[in-house]
Amino acid sequence: MGTDMTTATTISTSARTEILRRISVANGGTSDAAAAGAAWEHLAREYRRKAVLQPESVLDLLEDRLRDYDAHVERVRRGDVADVVAKMLATRGKRRMVIPAGIAPEWLPAGFEFVADEGMTAIELDGFDGVMTGSTVAIAETGTVVLQNVPGQGRRAVTLVPDYHLCLVSAADVVETVPEAMEGLRGKAELATTFFSGPSATADIEMTRIKGVHGPRHLDVILIL
Amino acid sequence: MSGVALDPKTAPVFPMAARTALADTQMRKNVRHATDVIQAKRARVVAEMPDWQQLREAGKQIRQHTMEHLDFYLEQFEENCTRAGGVVHWARDAEEARKIVTALVKASGSDEVIKIKSMTTEEIHLNDALEAAGIHAYETDLAELIIQLGEDQPSHIVVPALHKNRQQIREIFQRKMNLPELGETPQDLADAARMFLREKFLRIKTGVSGANFLIAETGGVCIVESEGNGRMCLTLPETLITIAGIDKVVPRFQDLEVLLQLLPRSATGERMNPYNSIWTGVKPGDGPQTFHVVLMDNARTDILADKEGRQTLNCIRCGACQNACPVYRQTGGQAYGSVYAGPIGAILTPQLQQMHHAQSLPFASSLCGACYEVCPVKINIPEVLIHLRAKVVNQNTAGITGLFDFEAAAMTAMAMIFKSERRFRAAQRLGRMAETPLVRKDGQGVGWISWLPGMLGGWTQVRDLQEMPKETFRDWWERRGKNGN
Repeated sequence: MGTDMTTATTISTSARTEILRRISVANGGTSDAAAAGAAWEHLAREYRRKAVLQPESVLDLLEDRLRDYDAHVERVRRGDVADVVAKMLATRGKRRMVIPAGIAPEWLPAGFEFVADEGMTAIELDGFDGVMTGSTVAIAETGTVVLQNVPGQGRRAVTLVPDYHLCLVSAADVVETVPEAMEGLRGKAELATTFFSGPSATADIEMTRIKGVHGPRHLDVILIL
Repeated sequence: MSGVALDPKTAPVFPMAARTALADTQMRKNVRHATDVIQAKRARVVAEMPDWQQLREAGKQIRQHTMEHLDFYLEQFEENCTRAGGVVHWARDAEEARKIVTALVKASGSDEVIKIKSMTTEEIHLNDALEAAGIHAYETDLAELIIQLGEDQPSHIVVPALHKNRQQIREIFQRKMNLPELGETPQDLADAARMFLREKFLRIKTGVSGANFLIAETGGVCIVESEGNGRMCLTLPETLITIAGIDKVVPRFQDLEVLLQLLPRSATGERMNPYNSIWTGVKPGDGPQTFHVVLMDNARTDILADKEGRQTLNCIRCGACQNACPVYRQTGGQAYGSVYAGPIGAILTPQLQQMHHAQSLPFASSLCGACYEVCPVKINIPEVLIHLRAKVVNQNTAGITGLFDFEAAAMTAMAMIFKSERRFRAAQRLGRMAETPLVRKDGQGVGWISWLPGMLGGWTQVRDLQEMPKETFRDWWERRGKNGN
C-alpha cells in the first residue's frame, strides 16, 4: 500500500514542474493572482443576471418547469405543511421515511415513522420508503432545487439512495435565474452541494426520457408560501 | 469493431472506416434518430433564452481567459483542494495517469471500482490498464454499461451508445445479466440496469470519476449528469479518484453561472440536467473520506502552444457539434477511430496525438460551419480544421518526402497551363482523350468515371465524376458565332 502511494507521488512531483513549465512556455510567461484577477474583472457578462418576473410569476415558472420534469408540486400555506405531507405520503403509499437532523418538527405529521439519519450505511438507507428534506434555493427558469449539507438537508447519500424524495421549498428561497442562485450560494460554495432538476432520468435508450435510474424515481415538491 | 479499443494509433484512416460505417444501415438509422431528437430539443430550449448569444460570448471569454492564466489557476486549484483535504497529483501523459490511478486504487485496498462516464478515462484506456493490474472497473452510466457489456466502443461524447437501439440493448442485457424474460421497453431496460448496479453501488469501496469543471477559487469539483449513478460513485465509496484534463479548470465559482446554463442546453437539450454535484475536498461524515485528483496534460500543453489550435481546449464536451455535423450524422462516431468523434474529435484527436496520428480527421468535414454555429463557447471548428489541414500537408511535404511531392508539382504544372489559352485548350483536348478508357455509360447514356488513377484517386474515392463534355463552352460559343445563331 505504501509503495503504491510512493509511485503516485514520485511521478507527480516531476510531472507538476514539467507541466507548469510547458504552460508558461506556451503562454510566453507565467501568470499570477494580480494579472489573472485584473483580467477576470473585464470578462464580458452581458447576459441576464437579475430577475425580470414578479415573485408570483417566478413561482408559476418554477412549478411549470418542475412538472415538465415529472415532479409533482403542491403549494401550501406555512401552517398546513404537515397535513399536506401526510396526504402526499398516503397517496404514494410511503410509511417509513428517513429525515436529516435539523428538519422542522412541525413539518412531520403523526401516523408515519420518521427516522433521523445518524450516519446510516447505504444499505440501511436503501431500506427506507423515502426521504424528506428542506432545501437551500430553487431556480425557476431551469426547474432546479439545490441541497447543501446543512441542518434539514443533510448528507448527500440520504437524498440519493431512497427511492422517493419529498422536498420542501420555501417560496422566499425561489429565484428566477441561475446567476441569482449562484450568487446566493457563493458564500457557502465549499459545502457539499447537489442540484436536482426532477427525479433521476436517462435518455440513453433511443432518446426516450425514462424516469428513475439510480437516484429517487419519484419526486414531490411542496412549495411553502 | 466490437471490443477493439478506439485508438488513433491503430485505427484505419477515416475514408476507409467511413465506407464500412455507411454500409451499416441499422447504425445509421439509430444515429439519425438520436441526433434528430437532441437537435430538436436543443433548438427549443436555446430559443427560450433571450441572452443565449451573450452567454456564448461570456463562455468563450471565460475559457480563453482560463487558458491565458492556466498555470496560476491550476496552482490555485491545487492549493485550495489540498487545504480542503484532497490530494492532487499531476500526470504528463496517459501512461503516467494510468500508473497513478492504478497505484491509488491499489492503495485503497480494492480490486473493484465503480466508474462514472468519463471521456478522459476513455482517452487513456484506463479500464484496460486497471484490468491488467487485476482491478475490475464497473461502468455505471447506462450507455457506458451497454457498451461495456456489449464489448463495444463509445460513439458520442454525451450519449455514447446512441448507435444501439432498444432491441440491440435488450439482447446484450439478456445475455450478460442472465435475464431471458427481460422486456424491451426503455423502462424495462433501465430497471434492469438499476437492479444490476445497485448491489455494486452499495458494496464497492472505490470510485473513479472524471470532472466537468475544477473550480480554482474554491478547490471544488463539479460534475453534471442525469441518472444519479454519478452521485452514487461520488458519494458512497470510501475513496474517490477523480481524473481531469488540465483544461477543465474554471477561475471562480461564479463562472459556473455561465457554464451551467450553456452545457445542459447544448448537450441534451435540457434546461438543466437532472443532477449537478459540487464538492470540495473531504467533508467529515459526508461522502468519501479519501479524495484524489489527477491533473493530466497528455498533449494539452502542445495544443496550448499552437496559436490557432489552442481554442480547441475551450471545449466543454457538450457534443452539440456532433449532432449538427452532416458527416458525423452519416458515419456515426466509431469511424473517427477515437473516443472523441465528430467535428470536435476531428480537431482534438490529431492534436492530442501531436499530429502523428489521425491525420485524415481534419479532412473529415464539409466545412459547412454548423458545428461553429451550435458551439456554446464559440470554438471556430472550421478555422481549426483548415489550420490542421495545412499542418498535415506541411508535415507530409517536409524533408526528403517533400522532394517527391507530386501534389506540389501538379499544382505548379496546373498554374502554367492556366496562364496560357493555347495550353489550356490543349489540356482540355488531352483530357478528353485520356479519360476515354475510364468512362462507363449509365442507362441514360451519360458517361461516368468511378475510378481515377494515382493521386487523382482521392476525388473518386467518395464520388463519381461525370465525363468531360464533347464540346467545350468556348468551342460552342465560337461555332455559334460563325453560324450566326
